[in-house]
Amino acid sequence: MADKRTTADDVVAELKDGMTIGIGGWGSRRKPMALVRAILRSPVRDLTVVSYGGPDVGLLCAAGKVKRVVFGFVTLDSIPFDPWFGRARETGAIEVTEYDEGMFGTALSAAAQRLPFLPTRAGLGSEVMRANPGLRTVRSPYEDGEELVAVPAQHLDVALLHLNRADARGNVQYLGPDPYFDELFGLAAERCFVSVEKVVETAELTAGSPVQSLLLNRGSVAGVVEAPRGAHFTTAVPDYGRDERFQRHYAACAKDLAAWPEFVDRFLSADEGTYLSEVDKFEAEAA
Amino acid sequence: MSATRAEIVVVAMAEVFRGDGEIVASPMGLIPQLGARLARLTFEPDLLMSDGEAYLMTTDGVVEGWQPFRKMLDTIVPHGRRHVVMGANQIDRYGNQNISAIGDHARPKKQLLGVRGAPGNTVNHRTSYWVPRHSARVFVESVDVVSGVGYDNAAKAGPSAQKFHDVHRVVTNLGVFDFGGPDHAMRAVSLHPGVTRDEVAAATTFEIDFTGTGTSREPTDEELRLVREVVDPKSLRDKEVPA
Repeated sequence: MADKRTTADDVVAELKDGMTIGIGGWGSRRKPMALVRAILRSPVRDLTVVSYGGPDVGLLCAAGKVKRVVFGFVTLDSIPFDPWFGRARETGAIEVTEYDEGMFGTALSAAAQRLPFLPTRAGLGSEVMRANPGLRTVRSPYEDGEELVAVPAQHLDVALLHLNRADARGNVQYLGPDPYFDELFGLAAERCFVSVEKVVETAELTAGSPVQSLLLNRGSVAGVVEAPRGAHFTTAVPDYGRDERFQRHYAACAKDLAAWPEFVDRFLSADEGTYLSEVDKFEAEAA
Repeated sequence: MSATRAEIVVVAMAEVFRGDGEIVASPMGLIPQLGARLARLTFEPDLLMSDGEAYLMTTDGVVEGWQPFRKMLDTIVPHGRRHVVMGANQIDRYGNQNISAIGDHARPKKQLLGVRGAPGNTVNHRTSYWVPRHSARVFVESVDVVSGVGYDNAAKAGPSAQKFHDVHRVVTNLGVFDFGGPDHAMRAVSLHPGVTRDEVAAATTFEIDFTGTGTSREPTDEELRLVREVVDPKSLRDKEVPA
């Protein structure tokens, strides 16, 4: 039986320039931040990033890794806007495909089901239709004759997710209140890599948690990375909540171009272990 | 007991949900949340409300359902038994709303949230808006990015966009508005006590229909008690709507 355990750097080594990368989670919630930080350390670039965006999108924009963002929103939740995404938009540094939140999920569903499109009402009459000139409508062949948006399938080369637990074979589990759209990201991708707080024995997955918490089975997971605090500074409840203090520090540095290089030097220029120890020092200083 | 402007506003916001029955109320922001909770504690006891995350909660704070984001977008919104109150960076005469970006979408002067769920909300179920500072910067001739679909754009997009389209009310610190004017133009339903038509006209770029405009009602004693003691004992409402 396959042991799919790997490392964040080995996952990122599989990425190629120009790939379309789906990033799971939602806003500043359960984002695969350790995998994102590994991308920041790599030479890969020109990515199309498909995300219910949060600081994942901001950090990738800051590092100049992004060619296009496919999104319905980009937010830090407790802070409304991500400064780096705003700057990338306002300077014209990136292209965008902006969807309604529901359309975004519909696009992933179509890809997960290997359909060319799925119909939806969301988007009709809005800027989404004008800002995406390639979008088409489709007419119902039934009596109603309704004309709806034909949301094209959003295929992903790679999906990157962070969940709470997995076994070494790639059965993965969320333990918080919301699975977000992680299952669809996984199924829409050629290859899906998952980081987790802890790799456990298979039997342990359901020893204390309902079977419904097993979100993706090993058939759709290519690699498992054990990354404790791997969603930091976003939430990964029940393992931990959002690090609001650190997120405020990120946002303040991101707003101020003079402060940004110091943030990069301290937190993003070495490996994940250094990141976590610098975060601990930052917390101790601030406490 | 005499009511503050903020208390008048909370009651006006509660009134937005009157008649909704057993549907999901999704109030975004403090005043919409206070209004929805007041409505549920008084005349709309069957409203369903979430904790802002994944749980539906009773008025007593007991979990009564599961409503993660995917369920919201796959079924709650398209199924239509929902009334959302969103914020707005811009609103125009026909109820188009913008929360996405200021300026040209291709290269905005100011990137905001993105369209979020506004396109899907507005073509699927009843939608209202909350504007804490009624000003000519918000109430513009035409919005830069159509996030929430207004009546003219719904009509242009055809019957599928109009089928469930229902922009219900806009509540601001100055009054309550709907789109019941000619061609679904914005109309003042009521102005809050002490607010003049001139004040509203000066804070709105386009002309507002004042036909039949009344005065927003005073809270009942019971509503005042609920607002002050149960729904918002810390008076957070006064920070959003100063007296």
